[in-house]
Amino acid sequence: VNAARAGGLVLALAACVVFALLFTNQLVLEIGFFTMLYIGVAAAWNIFSGFSGYISLGHAVFFGAGAYAAGIAARDLRVTGAAVFALLPLAAVAAALVAVPFGLVALRVRRHTFVVITIAIFFIFQLLAYDLNTTGGTGGLYAPFLTWAAVAFDQYFYYIALALAVVAVGLSWLIRRSRFGLQLRAIRDDEDRAASLGVRAMPVKLTALVLSAAITGLAGAVWLFYIGQVLPDSGFDPIFDLTVALMAFFGGLGTVAGPLLGALIIEPVQYYLTFQLNNGYVSQILLGGLFLLVVMFLPRGIWPTAADLAKNWLARRERA
Amino acid sequence: MVAELTRAVFNGVLGGGVYALMAVGLTLIFGVLDIINIAQGVMVVLGAYLSYALSVHLHIDLFLGLLITMPAMFVIGLAIQWAFIRPLRGSERTSMSLLASYAVAIIIEGVLYLVFGASVVSLNASYTTQSAYLLGVHLPYIEIYGFAMAVVLVAAIYAMLYRTRFGRSVRATMQDRTAALLIGIDVNRVSALTYGIGVAVTAAGGMVFGASGPAFNPNSGYDLISRLLALIILAGLGSIGGALVAAVLMLTVESVVDIWQPTWAVMVFYAALVIVLIVKPTGLFGRQAARAQ
Repeated sequence: VNAARAGGLVLALAACVVFALLFTNQLVLEIGFFTMLYIGVAAAWNIFSGFSGYISLGHAVFFGAGAYAAGIAARDLRVTGAAVFALLPLAAVAAALVAVPFGLVALRVRRHTFVVITIAIFFIFQLLAYDLNTTGGTGGLYAPFLTWAAVAFDQYFYYIALALAVVAVGLSWLIRRSRFGLQLRAIRDDEDRAASLGVRAMPVKLTALVLSAAITGLAGAVWLFYIGQVLPDSGFDPIFDLTVALMAFFGGLGTVAGPLLGALIIEPVQYYLTFQLNNGYVSQILLGGLFLLVVMFLPRGIWPTAADLAKNWLARRERA
Repeated sequence: MVAELTRAVFNGVLGGGVYALMAVGLTLIFGVLDIINIAQGVMVVLGAYLSYALSVHLHIDLFLGLLITMPAMFVIGLAIQWAFIRPLRGSERTSMSLLASYAVAIIIEGVLYLVFGASVVSLNASYTTQSAYLLGVHLPYIEIYGFAMAVVLVAAIYAMLYRTRFGRSVRATMQDRTAALLIGIDVNRVSALTYGIGVAVTAAGGMVFGASGPAFNPNSGYDLISRLLALIILAGLGSIGGALVAAVLMLTVESVVDIWQPTWAVMVFYAALVIVLIVKPTGLFGRQAARAQ
């Protein structure tokens, strides 16, 4: 079974690599880029929120922090052209640094209060982006212009996002199998009991948040280089928080494959709908409706539900 | 200087009264249903738009229109609770309810965009432009009337909670849901009605918000909900008296800071929240939670 699994993974990855070579339609590549980017972000979100059970609706803080850090550095250090990608580690570090005080404050409280604190911190950062001098205020920041040909541009970015997605999913796979991942899940199931059994809850939660933030910050910077401009309400976007959480919930919270699956389904559908309907408001309503359907009818997500169905089916076949 | 300060304090207290009304609805819903209604902010905006539609198309007075919009919002609240909140069960109920109400919020926002468009509007009446002269400062009548109405409504909620049989069931459910169920309280009915009442007050809050605040559009809900959430967490979740105090206090501090630092005034809200939570994670007036899980 393991060999079959490994073979399947290699095949899937190869399909992802070949995808950008086969389809050179700009819209398809654009959707491919965003899908890969969101797979990375959803996996990163899941490393913290899925494994620890602390639902964060403030991950846009790290996304925005990464985007702004890269944008500010590129502007002030006068970085141009493809050299901007050297700034990616900086974006990850900036987001990780933001995550430390974020976590030290927010992780003191649980459940509802934690979620609300993450929302409040999100708004603090959006306000900062509006009001600080260095962030460019309402006008935002521009990324350096990349002089790549149109199709190559989308292809390159697709591969960068694919690499990000592989790193994020791979990391969450490693964490889930590790002692650290076990500690996180113990915290999710019963934090007080986990603590009484010797799990040092705060450092464990904070580490997960910092890792998750670093990847989200990377994604923010890549997004800025692709889009070309970051505004306070696009870098720090409340819909981003909701979309990422939806992807993880839809696919299966706390599993490795779930967020991947969720992003793989939701992002293209949403993008296509927005494009087809030519109306962001209708697709916003549909996103909300989809969210409600998931909460009502698939609260555990696709992946765990499908796994149960498959298990039952196999058991029934063995008996027969 | 003195006049500026007096005006800031007046504005803070009058505005705080209206925020208190909206925050009480939110904290009441939390206390009884154990959920945070993220949609409260956009519901305030919805209430404001309902008043706008009535006053522009049917020329109904803003305050008189509340006789229509408040029951309408009450029914909308009942429907949302029945459809999306009541069915949620199990261990993931906390996060599920947050996500469900967030989803309701973006749906309402999207619908408002479709119906009313993205450009800002404001509510107008004779009393939104005229002002009274009090203690050396001019105060728009709408702020005074709005404050008075908020006081009356909050008093009515208090009377309901402490003077009626239904109020006693509400308080019992807030204290211990299981025990309330055991002594024969219809907890489902109490939950539905509480959600309805919590949403109905947003119609009144929304009207005053739309008439006295800056012009609004469907996007204004985010700013509102972040303030309201900050208020009720600051006060301590489920504390009604605390929500009143926190609302008036924070709005006053904000409008005083606004004299010197207009851009950073709103930050006072969140900074205060963060500081209070570092010192006292249960909020100013919150009870120590039983073993949290």
